[in-house]
Amino acid sequence: MFPAIPNPNVATDAAAPRFGEKDILRRSASTVTPPATRLTEVAKLIDVSKCIGCKACQAACLEWNNLTEEIGFNHGIYTNPMDLTPDTFTLMRFTEWVNPETENLEWLIRKDGCMHCEDPGCLKACPAPGAIVQYSNGIVDFQHDNCIGCGYCIKGCPFNIPRISKVDHTAYKCTLCSDRVAVGQGPACQKACPTQAIVFGTKDEMKEWADFRIKDLKSRGFENAGLYDPPGVGGTHVMYVLHHADTPSIYAGLPDNPRISPLVDAWKGVTKYVGLAVMGFAAAAGFLHYVVAGPNKVSEEDEENAERLADGAPPPTPAGPVERRTP
Amino acid sequence: MNMELSRRTFLKTTGAGLAGTTLGAFGFSEAEAAVAADVKPFHLVNTTEARNTCTYCSVACGIIIYSKGDLRKGEKADIVHIEGDADHPTNRGTLCPKGAALRDIVKSPTRLTQPMIRKAGSNTFEAISWDAALDKIARAMKDDRDANFVATNSDGVTVNRWLTTGFLAASATTNETAFATYKVVRSTGILAFDNQARV
Amino acid sequence: MTNAWTDIKNTDLVVIMGGNAAEAHPCGFKWVTEAKANRGAKLIVVDPRYNRSASVADFYAPIRQGSDIVFLMALINHCISHDKVQWDYVKPFTNASFVVREGYGYQDGLFTGYDEEKRDYNRDSWEYEIGPDGYAVVDETLQNPRCVWNLLKQHVAIYTPEMVERVCGTPKDAFLKVAEMVAECSTPTKTMTSMYALGWTQHSKGAQNIRGMAMLQLILGNIGVRGGGMNALRGHSNIQGLTDLGLMSNLIPGYLNIPTQKEPDFTTYMSTRAFKPLRPNQTSYWQNYRKFFVSFMKSMYGPAATKENDWAYSYLPKLDVASYDVLRVFDMMKQGKVNLYFCQGFNPLQAFPDKGKLAAGLAKLKMLVIMDPLETETARFWEDHGTFNKVSPADIKTEVIQLPTTCFAEDEGSLVNSGRWLQWHWPGGSPPGEAKTDIWIMAQIHLRLKELYKKEGGAFPDPIVNLNWSYKDPGEPTPEELAKEMNGSVLVDVFDPADPTKKILEAGKQLSGFGQMRDDGTTAGGCWIFSGCWTEAGNMMARRDNSDPGDAGMFLKWSFSWPANRRVLYNRASCDLDGKPWDPSRKLIEWDGAKWTGYDVPDIAPTAKPRDVGPFIMNPEGTSRLWVRKMMRDGPFPVHYEPFESPVANVIAPKIRGNPVARVFKDDWKSFADIGDPNFPYAGTSYRLTEHFHYWTKNNHVNSVLQPEQFVEISEELAKEKGIALGGWVRVWSKRGELYAKAVVTKRIKPMTIDGKTVHIVGVPIHWGFVGSARKGFPANTLTPFVGDANIETPEFKAFMVNIEPSTGPVVA
Repeated sequence: MFPAIPNPNVATDAAAPRFGEKDILRRSASTVTPPATRLTEVAKLIDVSKCIGCKACQAACLEWNNLTEEIGFNHGIYTNPMDLTPDTFTLMRFTEWVNPETENLEWLIRKDGCMHCEDPGCLKACPAPGAIVQYSNGIVDFQHDNCIGCGYCIKGCPFNIPRISKVDHTAYKCTLCSDRVAVGQGPACQKACPTQAIVFGTKDEMKEWADFRIKDLKSRGFENAGLYDPPGVGGTHVMYVLHHADTPSIYAGLPDNPRISPLVDAWKGVTKYVGLAVMGFAAAAGFLHYVVAGPNKVSEEDEENAERLADGAPPPTPAGPVERRTP
Repeated sequence: MNMELSRRTFLKTTGAGLAGTTLGAFGFSEAEAAVAADVKPFHLVNTTEARNTCTYCSVACGIIIYSKGDLRKGEKADIVHIEGDADHPTNRGTLCPKGAALRDIVKSPTRLTQPMIRKAGSNTFEAISWDAALDKIARAMKDDRDANFVATNSDGVTVNRWLTTGFLAASATTNETAFATYKVVRSTGILAFDNQARV
Repeated sequence: MTNAWTDIKNTDLVVIMGGNAAEAHPCGFKWVTEAKANRGAKLIVVDPRYNRSASVADFYAPIRQGSDIVFLMALINHCISHDKVQWDYVKPFTNASFVVREGYGYQDGLFTGYDEEKRDYNRDSWEYEIGPDGYAVVDETLQNPRCVWNLLKQHVAIYTPEMVERVCGTPKDAFLKVAEMVAECSTPTKTMTSMYALGWTQHSKGAQNIRGMAMLQLILGNIGVRGGGMNALRGHSNIQGLTDLGLMSNLIPGYLNIPTQKEPDFTTYMSTRAFKPLRPNQTSYWQNYRKFFVSFMKSMYGPAATKENDWAYSYLPKLDVASYDVLRVFDMMKQGKVNLYFCQGFNPLQAFPDKGKLAAGLAKLKMLVIMDPLETETARFWEDHGTFNKVSPADIKTEVIQLPTTCFAEDEGSLVNSGRWLQWHWPGGSPPGEAKTDIWIMAQIHLRLKELYKKEGGAFPDPIVNLNWSYKDPGEPTPEELAKEMNGSVLVDVFDPADPTKKILEAGKQLSGFGQMRDDGTTAGGCWIFSGCWTEAGNMMARRDNSDPGDAGMFLKWSFSWPANRRVLYNRASCDLDGKPWDPSRKLIEWDGAKWTGYDVPDIAPTAKPRDVGPFIMNPEGTSRLWVRKMMRDGPFPVHYEPFESPVANVIAPKIRGNPVARVFKDDWKSFADIGDPNFPYAGTSYRLTEHFHYWTKNNHVNSVLQPEQFVEISEELAKEKGIALGGWVRVWSKRGELYAKAVVTKRIKPMTIDGKTVHIVGVPIHWGFVGSARKGFPANTLTPFVGDANIETPEFKAFMVNIEPSTGPVVA
């Protein structure tokens, strides 16, 4: 058994966060000086072979983050809701897969959610300064006060994770429970997971634990068992143990070789400029507008651009910021 | 008593081949501590903790209820969160999807909050006071028992049973509640007495 | 459970059959994953569906619901015929060598003594041969053709792998694979655990399903050992406690019995209890029955229970039938024979079979009293919800009183988990509105009733007015007072008979355990098996030391486990005849030459010499039983009987319909589909989902998000045959009722071939109704038959016949 993390200490003095502003490694659409020493990298390890698909992680996530998801419908499968939403940061995806080698049915159940990439595509694609930050422990966190709801982060994400809220028009995703990690706890999903299919610790420990699990799986005939820590995004701070690590995509479309579209880098050159301009103007024009005004010209236009980006077309040269800010 | 919170952890792992780790602190040394303007504050700070047991299945996972307000001090207590108890030998802090959502059953909009009565033929419940409800129940029991109590059977054997009233007992109440219920129900001679174990 | 949740980590093989632990008990299932990860243990799942437990299993075998006994007897047959038997365990620790008397026999699915008209047996011949010394005759060579072992061999001979394939639909190869994995556990150093739940109990032969596995576990030597046992995964948080405390028609706390009318006086009552040992030196612990009974009566009636009045024996009601279980009571209700009914935290309109019959019964009551923290369908059975609950309120004259109660988070006290741990808890929140504790409500009812009887007199007021209710605040006894009362205390000083100056028990003190209980009225104790839970040392149930010497998984200082804080029942059987552990790496206890010591509280007298006293101390034999004498109504060995509704006739006994001694009420025969009825061709089964807890969590928004809407599960083949689309609406109906649901079309269910016939399975989760946050739906009990297990009347929810068609969904009025 992976040692349980002790219960939280709720005394005022014990609950001071252990990381913050000074540990920011990257900030969207901004240049930051990386901290002199990096925090120990953390990681969440999701062992798909131990997962029973109970959705305790989903429930714990909703409870801890005080999220209210809509009550949906049954669509003929166990997955519910049918996709990630601004209120569903994590989702069990169920796949019935017949192993062509053994002809055995395998029920592949994968907990989907933010992978907390070492090289985060969302952050790179984000035009709003400070809307996305990466702490030096590896956590990629959204700062809603700075988010303009443009949705570039979705397009920049190789895993299709963030979702825009219809309520406040900002992007939401798993925070790796940064509020819990900051006081020495693991994320709420990890705490709840009945079979310890989710464990949390330093990234090195997680890799070591994964080795232990992979050995067990290999002993049971899963020759291709392995760790999913994709190099295309610099590795991730949420990793999977897969029984069939040679074909991640059988797990409800987990990308085989995720990487940030090279176009994001190209786009980023533009957005960086635009983003800074936006900030400059916003300070004068009342940035709050974007929070309350609903779908606006910026996001529609940016959406189109982002789609082009996804289709492989280069984004157009943006028009001047003044024009775009006209209410 | 529940304030005697042990911070004990399970240091031993069972043959896992992986030693206990730096997990408790996640490698953050004091020197690395910083003010975190960006990280949301930990919202269990200054809550009152109560050790409890999950109300659902019989794995009986240990839980901690976090509340604003302290019942032991005679205050009202409002539950803000419920989470697994990492000290518990069985669940080690984990919970299932029902246990992980316990707060929302305690605070369900369909919790009952006052005694109600539905009269014969009515299509609605209406409020009734506790006193009136309990008096009505006791009266109905007395009348039915007096009318239908079987003191002796056809062979003249003393049987002292009451068959026209039945009682279904709960499955999630405490032993103490169950024992009080047993005494009250059995003392009347009720035999139509059963509980969820049947199904 | 014979063992504890935390003990499952000690196993080598987990067999989940008759349950779905990953689905219904995820946090207990953790210990399966631990055994797998750390011991290399294997997991086998045998179930009609490839379910959540199967998703992490090493091997999955399909089985048709209601055919488990064929599978289990075939496993026993396999072990016997391949000599995979732990002989050093079986010979001394089971009744294999006991000789059965002449006159007992079995043929064509029936044992001797069957009375077709009464649907019952005369069980007189189901006994051992008793020798001139008054003890049962045994043949340790196992040569006697009438010894239990030879009768067993004969009994299981027809249950072959071919028979399994024919009746269960399990491919022969898959059965043999399971059999080989199971048979490996017949060595003293390999252990298998059985985890089961309602998948075995909810059948008309549910108790025999469980016996079947228990017999297999004894043959493998897996009872009483670490990582072994028969582990019933109980469904509710205190269903174990409620049963321990006897909140049933025929029970007194601690598994004592309510008398029947054939026992008009205490002497007669005691004459059939307190069994004498059937073999020399054996403990036969029930010889202490009288101590437990008298202590209970002192707790119940205090000074009103005296030696002179036979401890108020006349206060106890006397049964005229085996029990007034819920099926009988709802049948009576429908006949208009019940006037008042109380539901304390219970939703019978959803929980019992045949919703139509239940609703008709409730409508005949004069008064229905609901005590619950939540809205229930039962409380609103009179309310019109269109197709979901079509009623005419004006025609229903039942008065309903709905009382709001506190829930777990607002009360204090103990619950008994599946592993028999009594764990204390404390409240964390204030009750909503005017909600009150159940203790307060029960006290108020009692005090008001007592007052009425005192004032007006009436029918036999004695047991009510004399009920021992000496609590500090009679209006609301505290959990502490009640817990101490269950534990028991000394009423008057007791002196050593050998030395009258020596006080052995002091009045007013808490008992240290049931060993101190006496049958002379000097001690009281509400529930003998709980004794030790609150002693002079304090509240043992509140203990929170989670140390675990030897990493054994026992946690003796955590809470209190009944009986006597023992964690593994029959743990004496973890050692060989000389008291040495079968597997030294999995020691529980051992004989150190003078006494039993170890990681658990020994389940034997601490100084009982190993070769003298057998490990099964509750049984007069001192052994366990492969053959159960007359203790079960439907036979001393399990026999395969088809469910009352079945796609095929019984292959081994074609003339027998269902379990031949299961009780069927007259009106219900016509509500069953005929065997092989073409109008109901599909084998239905009902079950839980992990996202929900029965009918409670549809009141919880989060759980309603995770599984929002009623569905049924069918195979891709059946969907194709019937033109049913994934996620489309279907109508499912049985001879009793119908429901509408979405279709989950899945590879996890496959059609089966049963006795040459293709049988499709329709799986029906149980969780929806017409109140709560989730989408309105239909409970599974609109479909299920009104018949129960022959021994304990648990309804046959797991096997019934239905039809299915694509639909446009329910018409909502």
